[in-house]
Amino acid sequence: MLEGNGAASEAMRLARIGVVSAYPVTPQSPIAEVLSDYVSQGRLDAEYVRVESEHSAMSVAIGAQLTGVRTGTATSSVGLALMFEMLGVAAGLRLPIVMPVVNRALVSPWSLWCDHQDSMSVRDSGWMQFYAEDCQEVLDLILIAYKAAEHADVLLPTMVCMDGFFLSHMSQAVMVPDQEDVDAFLPFYEAKNLKLDPSDPMFINNLTPSTEFMEMRYQQFEGFNNASGIIKETMAEFKNRFGRGYQPVEAYRCEDAEAVIISLGSMSGTVKHIVDQYREKGKKVGSIRIVCFRPFPTEDLLRIVPENAHVGVLDRSMSLGAQAGPVCMEVRSALSERRPDVRVQPYVAGLGGRDLRPVAVTTAIDQMLEGTFNPAAQWLDVNENAMTIRRYTEVA
Amino acid sequence: MLTIKDPARGLVGHGVSTCAGCGLELAIRVILDILGEKTVIVIPPSCAALFSGYGNETTLGIPGIQGNLENTAAVAAGIRAGFAHRGMTDITVLGMAGDGGTVDIGLQALSGAFERGDKILYVCYDNEAYMNTGIQASSSTPLMASTTTTPAGKLVNRKNMMQIVGAHGIPYAATASVGYIEDLRKKVAKAKDADGPAFLHVHAPCPTGWGYAPAKTIEVAKLAVTTHCWNLYEMVNGKEIKITKQIKKPAPVKDYLVLQKRFKGVTDEGAAEIQAQIDTEYANLERLASLAE
Ligand SMILES: Cc1ncc(C[n+]2csc(CCOP(=O)(O)OP(=O)(O)O)c2C)c(N)n1
Ligand code: SF4
Ligand SMILES: [Mg+2]
Repeated sequence: MLEGNGAASEAMRLARIGVVSAYPVTPQSPIAEVLSDYVSQGRLDAEYVRVESEHSAMSVAIGAQLTGVRTGTATSSVGLALMFEMLGVAAGLRLPIVMPVVNRALVSPWSLWCDHQDSMSVRDSGWMQFYAEDCQEVLDLILIAYKAAEHADVLLPTMVCMDGFFLSHMSQAVMVPDQEDVDAFLPFYEAKNLKLDPSDPMFINNLTPSTEFMEMRYQQFEGFNNASGIIKETMAEFKNRFGRGYQPVEAYRCEDAEAVIISLGSMSGTVKHIVDQYREKGKKVGSIRIVCFRPFPTEDLLRIVPENAHVGVLDRSMSLGAQAGPVCMEVRSALSERRPDVRVQPYVAGLGGRDLRPVAVTTAIDQMLEGTFNPAAQWLDVNENAMTIRRYTEVA
Repeated sequence: MLTIKDPARGLVGHGVSTCAGCGLELAIRVILDILGEKTVIVIPPSCAALFSGYGNETTLGIPGIQGNLENTAAVAAGIRAGFAHRGMTDITVLGMAGDGGTVDIGLQALSGAFERGDKILYVCYDNEAYMNTGIQASSSTPLMASTTTTPAGKLVNRKNMMQIVGAHGIPYAATASVGYIEDLRKKVAKAKDADGPAFLHVHAPCPTGWGYAPAKTIEVAKLAVTTHCWNLYEMVNGKEIKITKQIKKPAPVKDYLVLQKRFKGVTDEGAAEIQAQIDTEYANLERLASLAE
């Protein structure tokens, strides 16, 4: 039995990370603690750098990875926000750093609990992003992430996201593979592009003129394009070796479905359960789960969204000022030109640790089955006092 | 690998785009000369980034990375940890940052690395302001110096960075100056061999930001020392302080101020105030040095 955080630490140990730098933040702290424990017990042959901030955690990881060592760090929420500057550096330097992100709301107001605002806010930082549904997936996706990220045609850092508390602190049965099998899957790390080595000096990351900057961004863009196929190959190889299969996007009971809910992370379990209940009543309802949000699996999505379906996207964060949350915007842009038969309804649910209650999902499905549509985000399971809560009023 | 087009005698190429008379340029040439090829350098955005190079050209014959303004010590610590994991223990990991990148925005990362005991050599070259962004004040800008953000002169005294570093008890810390090259060389060599983190605070006069003729850099640097405006000393384990350049008859601070446009607005009373401040600081330093004897 392992919690999501434990599964992440196990995966990083199996990946033989050589330098660990992590800073505690709820609900990620157990990852930092367990890794430091592994190092002190000698179960992991690594340097543990007890950094004083997340900004330094990522800075240390970048410096270490440039010496040709696989590194490990993890964070959450405000920690990810503090890292922001360095996320772009890791990406631009094409360092395949893999980082578990334990999803937690961003302030303000303070919340310790799950939503996706943290990782969604950094979706354009040049990192790949995978979202796990359960603890086994946390472990498996981290191993897949290292392998795909380190591919010479990819070289992109990767976040493996898990829902705070719902996964990070949930005990589940997890198969932990043998070290030899992981070693065979994930070979010894070698720096494939930039490196710091006195026997082959190079200066990294200096000021770059506009005659070259765009080309270097374009290389990253191509890295993401290459990643789409390489992730699938890696997932297939993982299945061959370990028996568990994954896909960048997964369809559940979607054949002939009239209403389809798209979600990611641990929400998908709830959605699938409710889909089963509708199916039992003979209603044509399905679920699609996005495992790989960056690169976005546009082609797969186009293929699996059933014809003429009403699609509802459950976003666990909101792009304030826009019509929809980030996942919905992505789905809309993927489908808009090539699938005029489908209509995409944005929903927002489960912010700041609110459970995705069945009523939220059934409300959405019922609306879609009825044919109700509103181009702007519908907030599910929001209390009636939403506009009066904590409102300042002058005392007479 | 990038090719070095114009082999220089040292590890720093010719034709670096620093201003004429730049104190920093002299400092980096001397420092790398002592440290040698088995050095990896971390440079934040600053005038030192002129040595990182531009596009596919660099001026340095050693490996390096331009990090961010506030994380020189953390990037260096990561490099050190990576080398340690690979058993490569004979490489000096050098952070070469300005005063702004050290005493202001980079203080947290620096403190973290020093507290952990990460074996890095951190050089703060001090030109006493944010020069690269256009001469704004830093917390190392001296009292009454005018900058673009202290146009009427800085109202408060500078931060005592060596005391902050000393509070970490690191094995070796020292101040130095480009006006005293032999002293600087010795200190770089000691810092390189320190058994843990080392810190060098190098006074690096800047003709552009301070307002004096480029040919006078060494004169200005020496006057800073002979007026006690910049004192040369070592600090071992955060407490054993040794003044390495005793000035028998210190010159009045005013001799130093009048050379520089940044002190143009300082009145006689102002100069007296600065003199008193400098005298107090020197007395403090002597007291601390006497404790170590
Ligand atoms: C996070 C961040 N904020 C601001 C800057 C802009 N910036 C670049 S160089 C610099 C000044 C650095 O001053 P100092 O460290 O004293 O070096 P100098 O330019 O004087 O050599 C600043 C503020 C930056 N690069 N990064
Ligand atoms: S501004 Fe000052 S520190 Fe910067 S390059 Fe010019 S002289 Fe050197
Ligand atoms: Mg400066």
